[in-house]
Amino acid sequence: MANTMAVRPDDKVLQRKRISPWNDALYRLIRSTNARVGIGIVIFLVLTAVVAIVFWPYNPRIDSDLPNRLKPPSWANQPATIFGTDDQGRDVFRRVVHGAPISLQVGLVSVSFALVIGSVLGLIAGFVGGRTDNILMRLMDIMLAFPSILLAIGIVAARGPGLNNTILAISIVNIPVYARIARSTTLSIKEQDYITAATCIGASNSRLIFRHVLPNSLSPIIVQGTLSIATAILEAAGLGFLGLGAQPPTPEWGAMLADGYKYLTIGAWWVLLFPGVAIMLTVLGFNLLGDGLRDALDPRMRGTGRM
Amino acid sequence: MIRYTIRRLLAVLPTLLGVTIIVFLFIHLIPGDPATAMLRENAPAELADRIREQLGLNKPWFVNLGEVNCPQQDPQAKTTTGGVFMTYHNCDKFGGFAALRYWQPRLDRPFDSQYLLYASRLLRGDLGQSLVTKNPLMDDLKLKFPATLELSLMAMLVAVGIGVPAGIISAVKQNTPIDTASMFISLAGVSMPIYWLGMMAMMVFAVWLHWLPAGTRLGNDIEIHRITNLYILDSLLTGNGKALGDSFKHIILPALVLGTVPMSILARMTRAATLETLNQDYIRTAKAKGLAQRVVILRHALSNALLPVVTVIGLQVGGLMGGAVLTETIFSWPGIGRWVFESIQFRDYPVIQNVILVIALIFVIVNLIVDLSYAVIDPRIRYA
Repeated sequence: MANTMAVRPDDKVLQRKRISPWNDALYRLIRSTNARVGIGIVIFLVLTAVVAIVFWPYNPRIDSDLPNRLKPPSWANQPATIFGTDDQGRDVFRRVVHGAPISLQVGLVSVSFALVIGSVLGLIAGFVGGRTDNILMRLMDIMLAFPSILLAIGIVAARGPGLNNTILAISIVNIPVYARIARSTTLSIKEQDYITAATCIGASNSRLIFRHVLPNSLSPIIVQGTLSIATAILEAAGLGFLGLGAQPPTPEWGAMLADGYKYLTIGAWWVLLFPGVAIMLTVLGFNLLGDGLRDALDPRMRGTGRM
Repeated sequence: MIRYTIRRLLAVLPTLLGVTIIVFLFIHLIPGDPATAMLRENAPAELADRIREQLGLNKPWFVNLGEVNCPQQDPQAKTTTGGVFMTYHNCDKFGGFAALRYWQPRLDRPFDSQYLLYASRLLRGDLGQSLVTKNPLMDDLKLKFPATLELSLMAMLVAVGIGVPAGIISAVKQNTPIDTASMFISLAGVSMPIYWLGMMAMMVFAVWLHWLPAGTRLGNDIEIHRITNLYILDSLLTGNGKALGDSFKHIILPALVLGTVPMSILARMTRAATLETLNQDYIRTAKAKGLAQRVVILRHALSNALLPVVTVIGLQVGGLMGGAVLTETIFSWPGIGRWVFESIQFRDYPVIQNVILVIALIFVIVNLIVDLSYAVIDPRIRYA
């Protein structure tokens, strides 16, 4: 008689399909229009970069065609220069395309550096607490007292212009952001019951950190990482524009804008328009993707993806 | 309130100290010998010595724990350089532990250090002098800072004047075309390189349409009596209508460009904050009482929604100052941002160093003011 109320394993009515949190987030990400546009732009950029490197090699050092300098966009030229030519007769379209791998590289490398170093510092500060926490976070606060682009300008101005120093500077100015995020999530996770439980069964500190704290604090860090790729690309282009980033003739978008600035008064709009649009699209793509990820990874929204 | 103010003021002191230390270390980021890096290739050696003397580069960075005399190195090189804790004679300051063999402790003057020299000068209001023009930086700063201040204030006016109303309207009309459009514009605003926007605006309004001047603060033929160096204020004070009109025409484009990013951020923040407030129970109560929509929004919702916006406005000041470097560069605006740009070209390190310091100090002070004003508006913070 007691068996009649028991749920049999094949009783489908009472079972709900289990979705892992990551799949659920992915599902919600794909459902959002903004995120889809962002993913589209980012994929397009990566493809452009790959195609540029693999199939369309370019050596900026030997690229110049002075008789054809500052020609407006046209299909009629041989070969067609749909974005026009710059002050040395170089095809702007080709240079804009070859700017994509540079900007992606700057964004990804600088953010990875900042993310790893910042998160480790934040984890340590949050996990150890006490004086270590105080000293580390005070230091981060002080770095945040500088407007980030200005601190980056200062570092590159001192170390000397160039792409590597740009990446270094942007990494450094981004470290405090990750340290703060990692610390605050670590602090809130540390108070959870499952951490107490893990401590009780004798988990070591490193197991606590790598098995419990780190995976659970990943999502805000991922969101911030995506958004900072956008700002990193923007800042790198700004440094390039000021003459501190990639040096000519590297086809870096900011440096191309600085070149074009000289020809603004004679109305050579094409040298300015296209690199700028490229920067904006790239940054927009990562911003949209970051916003989408934030909504998708927000635990309060969990389960709303399936309706 | 007084206790909160004092506590907050005291909390700023370590930050100020840290900011000066980081800016001080800037000189030591320069690879190799900073003194020779500041000079042209074949400058006489005495000049390098003078710079070393002026910046105290021969002293240790923070605390003087003694001297290191290396006998075996090149007898020609007599330059004395400062390490972190020791003064080095005749040898590389990063000679490592080997140099410790020649270490002679000297603890009688431990605080005779580069940082102390720098800090004591700062306290006296002496920012040093430019390597290029030899002008005291304080004098140049007094001349150039008002230009940046005027531009930033106008940009902030643009940002708050357009961004906050746009955010409120978007929130009230959530998910309508107005909301979508203004959120798209604000997303584009944060994604755009502002110097690019400035150049495109200059191209359209100055080069093609000739409506507005392309850069600088004032036309060459306009006379102005300078009192505060804020041209709009000065022309108002002296009743100079012509200068007022002209300086206003000159500031429109740069202010719009510089204001774009904070405007976009403010619009997004205001929208989010207003939406959150509109979902609160007391708003439902107010609506249920039969109050007009306008009253509910203006009196009940906004006063609470705008609290976080005040903080965001304060945080944008840092961004404005950073953006000023780029905006002033393209508009030939003679402020401190363009000064930084020019100093980079001439490797005028003291200028870069100290303008960054000034901007960081302004940022810290503005945030302090925001925190204090926040406590005035919101009593919960005062007693926390």
